[in-house]
Amino acid sequence: MNKEVVAHIENLEHTYSSGHKALIDINLDIYKQEITAIIGQNGSGKTTLSKHFNGLLRPTAGKIFVNGKDVASRRVSEMAREVGYVFQNPNYQLFCPTVLEEIRFGLKNLKLSDEEIKARSREVIEEFDLRGMVKKQPVTLSSGSKKIVALASVYAMDPEILFLDEPTTGQDQYGKTKLGLLSRKMKQLGKTIIIISHDMDFVAEYADRVIVMNESRVILDGTPADVFSNEEVMKTAHIMPPQIYAIGNHIHAVSSETRLSVMELAKVLAEGDYCL
Amino acid sequence: MSEYILELKDVNFKYENAPTVEEPALKNINLKVKKGEFIGVIGSNNSGKSTLCALCNGLIPKALDGEFSGQVLVDGQDIKDVSTAKMSQKVGLVLPDPEAQLSQLTVYDELTFGPSNLELPREKIFEEADRVMKLIRLENFKERSPFSLSGGEQQRVAIASVLAMNPEILVLDEPTSNLDPLSTQEIFEIICKLNREMNMTVILVEHEVELMAQYVDRFVVMDNGRIVLDGSPKEVFSHREVFEQIKMFIPTVTSLAGEIDEEYRKWGNYEYPITLEEMIKIIDSRKE
Repeated sequence: MNKEVVAHIENLEHTYSSGHKALIDINLDIYKQEITAIIGQNGSGKTTLSKHFNGLLRPTAGKIFVNGKDVASRRVSEMAREVGYVFQNPNYQLFCPTVLEEIRFGLKNLKLSDEEIKARSREVIEEFDLRGMVKKQPVTLSSGSKKIVALASVYAMDPEILFLDEPTTGQDQYGKTKLGLLSRKMKQLGKTIIIISHDMDFVAEYADRVIVMNESRVILDGTPADVFSNEEVMKTAHIMPPQIYAIGNHIHAVSSETRLSVMELAKVLAEGDYCL
Repeated sequence: MSEYILELKDVNFKYENAPTVEEPALKNINLKVKKGEFIGVIGSNNSGKSTLCALCNGLIPKALDGEFSGQVLVDGQDIKDVSTAKMSQKVGLVLPDPEAQLSQLTVYDELTFGPSNLELPREKIFEEADRVMKLIRLENFKERSPFSLSGGEQQRVAIASVLAMNPEILVLDEPTSNLDPLSTQEIFEIICKLNREMNMTVILVEHEVELMAQYVDRFVVMDNGRIVLDGSPKEVFSHREVFEQIKMFIPTVTSLAGEIDEEYRKWGNYEYPITLEEMIKIIDSRKE
């Protein structure tokens, strides 16, 4: 199957006015309807890279194309329709008196008709299962619900690409699972998802592809199995692979194509079908 | 002197200004903490963990309104009988967001702020600030604004400023929830050092069970305002069914051993592993 490219990055560099080179020689294609995770230590360039997708930062060398069009020739306000951001802290994003108004806020800015706004917000409330809380004040919600409302309000604007910055911080198991499943759902509904995360268990479970950044460069790009079984790269990037991959690597039970699960690893261990 | 440095007896608490929440935040809490213990408190969001923290230093019932019943004893003394100033020297509280805790122009001011409020003599204030600055290795940041620091550095300053008060118990409410893995590890190591080398009693609320399993002596597991499990990491994680019921993760290696339970028992008389190192060791010894 041919994958459709939604963003194309060519020899991208970004040097801040301080002289710090935050991105060096970045070449990437981002594919439609994939969940791509970008991982790496703080300061490795993840956030700088993400800000190039909507033109908040402009390349100091190289190019980035979204939907075939050079971002350099487009305004940030234009790009906002194509690339949506969900911030790490939902409190920075939510400000309307009710959840319903929060969902409708972005749609109003898109200058849709009242009918269209109603129809779209109904759809989103359904898809994100928000019926029980439409009249509530976002500030009174639990941190998990806040995250979901923030996600829904960005999704409502129908961007091609959704950036999720640290979606799981402060979330419990229930919240994490819900965010993971919603990411999958958005993907099935046609969206391209890019997750920036330190939560390796979450990345291992939900990402289709993992990009590892270190000192302003992409140092590895592959499936979760490719990445988490590369012990050398994990060490360089100061990343602890999920326990499941640490054991999988130890008994040589990781293959590039399969996502390792507890069940699968348990089977290998129980059958004694491994070598050290 | 009491045998326990902290004792919670039949504590119930219901927030006054929580119109959407019908149920009490804490129900029938009984907890005894010995000097020098390192306790990890885990539970889903809204299970009562932060309320428990506020209880340990007297914020509840003194500053937060609600219906309170039961008794909290610090060092054998009922917290109702201890002034807030005295409590701040007994129990130090570190919050999830360091920016909510820091307020001064420089890191050093942050460290002297607490002791100044205790009306200590000038030399003693600097002595305390210098002590914690060394302990947490903040010398390089001394004159910096706390707000120019990274999240991990800010959290270290917050911990140091609390330690400047010389508390007997350190309570940390999700101190690493906004930090990257390297800073998280660093904070864990600092906490561990305080516990092991200075015999500091630590109560740590966190979501990172795999990391906590490497450090804590004891886990307290909360669900819906109650303590549902309380014991050593091994004991607690052997109740896999409870964690399943309250929808909480246990270390992957523990789930793994549980998944192959029958086979695992044949491997030898091993307890369930709770850290990666243990599991690797068991797997290795089996192949030898």
